[in-house]
Amino acid sequence: MSETILEVQHLVKHFPVGGGMFSRPDVVRAVDDVSFAIRRGETLGLVGESGCGKTTTGRCILHLERPTGGQILFEGVDLAALGERALRAMRRRVQVIFQDPYSSLNPRMTVGQILAEPLKVHGIVPDKTARAARVRELLTQVGLLPQHAKRYPHQLSGGQRQRVGIARALAMEPALIVCDEPVSALDVSIQAQIINLLEDLQNRLGLTYLFIAHDLSVVRHISGRVAVMYLGRIVEITDRRALYENPLHPYTQALLSAVPIPDPELEAQRTRTVLRGEVPSPLNPPGGCVFHPRCPIAVDRCSAEKPALREIRSGHWAACHLV
Amino acid sequence: MLDSGAVTPLLEVKNLRTSFLTSGGVVRAVDGVSWDVRQGETVALVGESGCGKSVSALSIMRLVSLPAGRIEGGEILYKGRDLLKLSEAEMRDVRGREIAMVFQEPMTSLNPVLSVGRQLTEGLEIHLNMTPVQARARAVELLGMVGIADPERRLAQFPHHFSGGMRQRMMIAMALACNPSLILADEPTTALDVTIQAQILELMRDLAQRLGVAMLIITHNLGVVARYADRVNVMYAGRIIEQATAHELYANPRHPYTLGLLRSVPRLDEPRRARLDPIEGQPPDLTRLPPGCAFAPRCAYRTARCDEAPALATVGEAHRSACWEQARLGKRAAPEVVQ
Repeated sequence: MSETILEVQHLVKHFPVGGGMFSRPDVVRAVDDVSFAIRRGETLGLVGESGCGKTTTGRCILHLERPTGGQILFEGVDLAALGERALRAMRRRVQVIFQDPYSSLNPRMTVGQILAEPLKVHGIVPDKTARAARVRELLTQVGLLPQHAKRYPHQLSGGQRQRVGIARALAMEPALIVCDEPVSALDVSIQAQIINLLEDLQNRLGLTYLFIAHDLSVVRHISGRVAVMYLGRIVEITDRRALYENPLHPYTQALLSAVPIPDPELEAQRTRTVLRGEVPSPLNPPGGCVFHPRCPIAVDRCSAEKPALREIRSGHWAACHLV
Repeated sequence: MLDSGAVTPLLEVKNLRTSFLTSGGVVRAVDGVSWDVRQGETVALVGESGCGKSVSALSIMRLVSLPAGRIEGGEILYKGRDLLKLSEAEMRDVRGREIAMVFQEPMTSLNPVLSVGRQLTEGLEIHLNMTPVQARARAVELLGMVGIADPERRLAQFPHHFSGGMRQRMMIAMALACNPSLILADEPTTALDVTIQAQILELMRDLAQRLGVAMLIITHNLGVVARYADRVNVMYAGRIIEQATAHELYANPRHPYTLGLLRSVPRLDEPRRARLDPIEGQPPDLTRLPPGCAFAPRCAYRTARCDEAPALATVGEAHRSACWEQARLGKRAAPEVVQ
């Protein structure tokens, strides 16, 4: 159970921006020294606001971005050290579900073609008849009907398209799926359907998820452990219960307090910590603790010294001088 | 504020119908809805994509694009005048000056090639006949009011210099510029991060209270509305299916769709459930609505009677629901608890 499937060690990803013939480009520090591990069969939630580096972290794991520094070990193997052939075989085992089911499916291909293509390209099911059977099986697995194979993406609703996206990921028989905001583009009434489907598939197929999202209530529902990111760093990571019942980092506390609750009476009694200001630019992150300009409890030390991610209690890590 | 039944509402929408001609046929985006907003009050229009909530707001502003879209009928009484009967010139005096709008996506609804200052002063000069100097002074005041620091310097900047949250603050400043009586806010915080959402919503509430502006908040998020709305209208497939005070709607939902929306979202204030209760099925296809209740194909409470469309009927004090089976939906049952 506690076997590690993925280990991210000191991951750094910088993007150069601007710069011309005579000027040096600036650097966006999208991910700045991030480390975590995912155990087989668990769901790790990765939350944070836009620009915090959660998606870039996911893309590095998928090998869609080349890390500037650090290592990513999948089942103990460093993907960066593999040759092209070995990498391709390895890649099958790590799949992705994207946020937007509208732009991530080819509009000129039928659902059947979309699902059959990777089976053919990767040589998983070389026989045509067998491939069609596998497509039908995949469709059923995600709650669609075999006749959906003949449809084009635009003939499906948003929720159905996301089911196709999930089926496409499953076609590769992956061990790990990076789910990048898989429900945030969907209507509220459909979100719960997709979340239940992801949970069913995990139980049935023993999948491991990295669940990237900004919605803290959804992340609590689906994750076993949760990491909170801010400006390219992990500020807190622990199991679900500890994070939601006893958040240690002031940023996590503020995030939780900003989530609206659908009950006017509870809302009326609630005191909200509304954070001052906005997320600073990752081009020029603040010195010391990156959160200090917005932190309600910051002291002098916070602007001078970068807090390390420390294990405050057993299994509960936070990067704050004051906890 | 809520029991003043005798007071004439600021805005009264009566039996509004707006439709669009699409390749798939005629879409009745808004199909006979009636609701109102009283002076200084905040009312919410809640529903999922395609339910007609945004088209309702655009209809009020008479911004439904021709020739595909048409306001087919009904009345929009604003301070007693029917906006649908005004000339285009008269309507221009209403837009921005009497009723202002805040849109979801501040980047696409601001002009990228006009300075922030010009976008704020334009309306002031046109609607209120201010001189450029007066308008500039007012623009500085407005930016300060919405919490933008160093407003003098900001006037010369362009929208792309602003972050998402600041752009939305600027949209609010533009909406408030001519002292309107009503602001229509269409998903004002949906494009923003959670911590910025909280800032913007608190700002809007404070300003609305201080300036006595009424607000219509359009949203898909029942959580947002709980804290800020006095009354709520829930829409589905072009119709209002439930309408009540916010307090009553959350405590005692009487339409299966409202109940479904409330039950399907995981909530931080409740113990974690083993499984979510989604609303089954797909959102309605507006070109092919079933006869009778549009929600019936997805409804757990459906009976034979649902082949006939239920009207919005009173089910309690200031509480109306369009469901034959509303009596079966008592107080919300406690969800199963698993931790």
